[in-house]
Amino acid sequence: MKEELETANRPDNTAFTQQRLPAWQPMLSAGIVIPGFVLIGLAFIGIGVALFIASQNITVLEKDYTGVEITSDCYKCSNPSDKNCTCKLDFSLSNLFEGPVFFYYGLSNYFQSQRSYGVSKDDYQLSGDLDYFKTPISACSPYQYDANQNPIVPCGSLANSMFNDTFKLYQIVNGTKKLVPFDGKGIAWWTDYNIKYRNPSVTPLKNAFNGTVKPPFWSKPAYELDTSDPSNNGFVNQDFLVWMRRAALPDFRKLYRRITEGDYASGLPAGNYSLEIGYNYPVLSFGGRKKVVFSNVSWMGGKNQFLGIAYLVVGSLCVVMSTVMLIVYAKFKFPEDD
Amino acid sequence: MGGILLWARQGFDPPHQSDTRTVYIANRFPQHGHYVPQRFADNRIISSKYTVWNFVPKNLFEQFRRIANFYFLIIFLVQLMIDTPTSPVTSGLPLFFVITVTAIKQGYEDWLRHKADNEVNGAPVFVVRSGSLVQTRSKNIRVGDIVRVAKDETFPVDLVLLSSDRAEGTCHITTTSLDGETNLKTHYSVPETLVSQSVSRLEALHAVLECQQPDADLYRFVGRITVTQQGEEIVRPLGPENLLLRGARLKNTKEIFGVAVYTGMESKMALNYKCKSQKRSAVEKSMNTFLLIYLGILLFEAILSTILKYAWQAENKWDEPFYNHKTEQERNSSQILKFISDFLAFLVLYNFIIPISLYVTVEMQKFLGSFFIGWDLDLYHEESDQMAQVNTSDLNEELGQVEYVFTDKTGTLTENEMLFRECSINGIKYQEINGKLVPEGMTEDSPDRSVPPLVLYSCLSVSLSVTSQSREELLFLKAVSLCHTVQISYEQPGDGPGDPFSHANGFSSQMEYYASSPDEKALVEATKRMGVTFIGSHGETMEIKTFGKSEKFKLLHVLEFDANRRRMSVILQTPTGEKVLFTKGAESAILPFTTSGEINKTRVHVDEFALKGLRTLVVACRHFSVEEYEEVDQRLHKARTALQQREERLAEVFSFIEKNLELLGATGVEDKLQEKVQETIEALRLAGIKVWVLTGDKHETAVSVSLSCGHFHRTMNILELVQQKSDNECAEQLRQLARRIKDDHVIQHGLVVDGASLSLALRGHEKLFMEVCKNCSAVLCCRMAPLQKAKVVRLLKTSLEKPITLAIGDGANDVSMIQEAHVGIGIMGKEGRQAVQNSDYAIARFKFLSKLLLVHGHFYYIRIATLVQYFFYKNVCFITPQFLYQFFCLFSQQVILSLFSLHTNRDISKNSLLSFKTFLYWTLLGFCHAFVFFFGSYILMGEDTSLMGNGQVRVAVLPTAAPGEKWVGHTCTRLWGVAEKLIETNYQGIGCVDSMCCYSEGENGCARLGRMVEQVMGRCDPACANRCDPTLCSLYCCRRISYKLEQDEPTAPQK
Repeated sequence: MKEELETANRPDNTAFTQQRLPAWQPMLSAGIVIPGFVLIGLAFIGIGVALFIASQNITVLEKDYTGVEITSDCYKCSNPSDKNCTCKLDFSLSNLFEGPVFFYYGLSNYFQSQRSYGVSKDDYQLSGDLDYFKTPISACSPYQYDANQNPIVPCGSLANSMFNDTFKLYQIVNGTKKLVPFDGKGIAWWTDYNIKYRNPSVTPLKNAFNGTVKPPFWSKPAYELDTSDPSNNGFVNQDFLVWMRRAALPDFRKLYRRITEGDYASGLPAGNYSLEIGYNYPVLSFGGRKKVVFSNVSWMGGKNQFLGIAYLVVGSLCVVMSTVMLIVYAKFKFPEDD
Repeated sequence: MGGILLWARQGFDPPHQSDTRTVYIANRFPQHGHYVPQRFADNRIISSKYTVWNFVPKNLFEQFRRIANFYFLIIFLVQLMIDTPTSPVTSGLPLFFVITVTAIKQGYEDWLRHKADNEVNGAPVFVVRSGSLVQTRSKNIRVGDIVRVAKDETFPVDLVLLSSDRAEGTCHITTTSLDGETNLKTHYSVPETLVSQSVSRLEALHAVLECQQPDADLYRFVGRITVTQQGEEIVRPLGPENLLLRGARLKNTKEIFGVAVYTGMESKMALNYKCKSQKRSAVEKSMNTFLLIYLGILLFEAILSTILKYAWQAENKWDEPFYNHKTEQERNSSQILKFISDFLAFLVLYNFIIPISLYVTVEMQKFLGSFFIGWDLDLYHEESDQMAQVNTSDLNEELGQVEYVFTDKTGTLTENEMLFRECSINGIKYQEINGKLVPEGMTEDSPDRSVPPLVLYSCLSVSLSVTSQSREELLFLKAVSLCHTVQISYEQPGDGPGDPFSHANGFSSQMEYYASSPDEKALVEATKRMGVTFIGSHGETMEIKTFGKSEKFKLLHVLEFDANRRRMSVILQTPTGEKVLFTKGAESAILPFTTSGEINKTRVHVDEFALKGLRTLVVACRHFSVEEYEEVDQRLHKARTALQQREERLAEVFSFIEKNLELLGATGVEDKLQEKVQETIEALRLAGIKVWVLTGDKHETAVSVSLSCGHFHRTMNILELVQQKSDNECAEQLRQLARRIKDDHVIQHGLVVDGASLSLALRGHEKLFMEVCKNCSAVLCCRMAPLQKAKVVRLLKTSLEKPITLAIGDGANDVSMIQEAHVGIGIMGKEGRQAVQNSDYAIARFKFLSKLLLVHGHFYYIRIATLVQYFFYKNVCFITPQFLYQFFCLFSQQVILSLFSLHTNRDISKNSLLSFKTFLYWTLLGFCHAFVFFFGSYILMGEDTSLMGNGQVRVAVLPTAAPGEKWVGHTCTRLWGVAEKLIETNYQGIGCVDSMCCYSEGENGCARLGRMVEQVMGRCDPACANRCDPTLCSLYCCRRISYKLEQDEPTAPQK
């Protein structure tokens, strides 16, 4: 009993209280660091080469169709007062453009990242809450109500400025135009399509929009965005979803269609093509540009030289550093040899 | 009565401004007209800070006085007021959390204080009121009440002792809870009141008490009592020996009656409650500087962004493109208002560059980290069952930065376990061998050696064999056994109720001496071994047993020990009626006043004792003639009853009494060195820490202890600055020393300074003195008064380089030094716990200092420095991409969450010092990494290349519409960062010590660290010195990029 009392204050002898928990502190001696560097460098060079080759194999075709130059067919459409103007963009492929081919539209100098622009939408409305059809939130202003105090659905600058150029791609086969089928399914984010955006559960959908007006910039109301597929209308329209997902940088591209069907499932064969453009979207007022992009992907994603180069550079640096270290090490390890 | 009349004449002085307070015992106020009641505090102790009503406002106010909290409050308010990119929740919630946690903690602590207060204030006490003993609560005691305290109870109020159950009116108390001294102290009542041992007698007592106003000094009390007996006023002096302090405990006495003089918050214990001034660590100070710098960066970024925004918006096509029209309201609002609101919005956007959680995290880290000190087995002292104690966790990291250690000698370097070794009686040196005194010359061939030590009266044979010496010897032994303030306690099985002093005559071996000074105890024990046994004191009688024969001395006066006189005396009446003064003290305090005896021989002997490292005391006596004694008695009485300048007058009388002494001899007491002191001092010195020894001991003793504990080396050139009498002489000596150091800078120098010379040197030649000190590797200051110790510490602390100082000591005389130094360490020694209570850390032995400083301190410093730097780094990484992104969103304050939701992976290149250079390094590193993150991602994804197999474009602004989602992201990031940091910092075990030498920058730090780690741990591999490699950093960067690539993609599978 007495002995117990005497050591009552004795601290516990555990690894934690005595700060003896196992810890690993590498002893970085030359014998480890130099081979380590060589190995890491080689591994990085390997990854870099693989990435670089993969990136090189990706084909990208970009065509500007803003119509700034007079030579361009779309020059005639560049006057914003022209409505429903159609222009053509011809191009030819000398080799097979391997599929699956992705078709993007791109905008430059377009700041979808502006904060006031980004918040100008009503999430409750877009999730199908009918209360907000009648009274959209004030963030949508100046596209909250029209001049007659009718609520705008979908409200806000973001929805209002939806990209509305249309594209049709034809292959010229023996002088006749053969339509290349586009696949517009599944181009939006899964979360947007399935969770964030919802149509009101009213059938027909049109009834839900009673007493509302379409955004002033739009030519068709939201429930008539895709006349060919009734399920691709309202707030879950794929093009609408792609637009509503804002780009972070001022030069961006957005997926328009995929070419995965019919004769073109394996890619676009060599030959002449004509892209028919329904030119609606004005960009010249703010110095913007419009373009279309054809691209395919590899296992590493889209075309990107930087990643491969970065790996190569760092990998070679590691190897160079290890050589330098080896020289320094050899020199100072045996100084008495000199 | 004089005092009260004085201010009554002055008339309008409010009572509390008068120098004295007048207490009417039992509150029997005089009937005459000129009485003005004084107002006193009640006996409630309030240690709590808040009440239920003022808790919320007062606590909030205190919390928002902290600059970081206030800053975030402002940010929060801005977010509430204007349209900002992030929702108020992002800063409001963490702030709310921090404030709530702190408030709960403080509230809980205060609740505990309330509970303790209520317990104390509600404790039952017995008070004499209207002729009977009434039980009441402690808080109801008023000044003037007569309180009864029984054995082993604590005093509820500061009392002046009136009577005890003993006839002589004394009582014993311990003041352990006040100053930690464990010895029994005797307190006295004045002769006129000691008869009032019952309630009825107290009722008849008419007395007025005058004393000074409340004062925090526990050992000072000046007052007098005027007792009216049969129409006659008798005035008696009152001193600390009459005052029973609140918090002390009554011992060995059945019951006492006392009158309350200081109540409640005016009691000496409450006045000593005052919390110590907060010491702040250097890390915290530099942290505040860094915060200010970051505030500057924040303001700069916000202003730059605002200006750029307006520069950009000058063109209409950027300001209002067709897709982003403004509302009417926006177009019409005032430019200035818009500018301000934009600026504020940027401020809010970038505000996370100032880490809100930094303070909380640092505090948590310190608090939790401090447990490891107490938990350390290496700092646990088995013999005394004491573990290291942490009183402030704020200074953990300061331990690792100490440059100067100031240590006390007695009890710190030494055990403070005194052993009587030698003495010199009438010019002959004696040694104690087996419980008897042997003259030095006879040690070898003394016939007494054959005498078995069991023979109790063996000393007699010595005195018989050297007959001329026997009288002197006996007188010397008597003097030693009588001139002290030792108390006796009788260990009794079961602690029976009987008066312990009844055992006094039946001498028992269970008797144990208790003394406030270990020297006295050692001396009394030594005389007991030699046959002159101190048996006890009964009131005014002291009893000794000389070789079995009992002798009773009447104790007439005690001239207490004080640090200025450095001696104490007793005046006794011998059984034959002679009046004798015995005095005992430092040799320099007594030898000048001696007129007879073997002065020169004794002086030589004392110096010899000192050379052996013994503590010396000189004993002398003086015989009074009847007339002499009468004069002495009168003077003493007058001085003791003086209300004004009592101390000065007493000192005057004391010096009048203690002169014309007859030298009896000197004693040499050994103070054993503590274990491993030498190794510890050596380890500290190798770690580059300068060790100064500050002691009150005499020059020779100090030097010899210094030599034996390794503070001074034999090879050291020892310089001396002692016994300087004048200013010029001192300056000349200093200049000479400086020259000597310059001439001979190869060997190490040690400096010895004594108190008097030091005060001269400090008065006029501070710079010169500092220069000499800095060039000496060891400094020893002897003959130091407590305040001088603090002065030396302050001198070093405020010198140009502002070194971090540490003071370590064990006694009350070290408290001022402990409080003055950056870090104060108390040794849990024998001289009470005052030093421990005033210290920041307390350890049981001096040898633990090396581990505390070199291991714990170093760890804490590295950890805290890394933590702080990492916080800043993290926040720069956090915010700079945000800033850069503004170039890509038209400065519209868009938040890019996607870029920084996942950035807290580990990247710690170890850096120890928290200097501005490393701060800059971390900040720049943060900026670099931020640039790499941002532009790496930008180049990678700027073209919107799809990185997924399905070709979807992935660079997008994540939803801003769901604020909940966002702060969860933020908070998680932050919490994870904190948790990770905490785990990491505490996880680095001692196992990693030997690779620690690789953290520090460069050869310098490594070498120093390596050496001291070697000292402490006994192993270090020098091969690991070249590991800090800049290329690692680049490697990290690229790994980071690749890491980000994998992580940045939101996982959104597509069918």
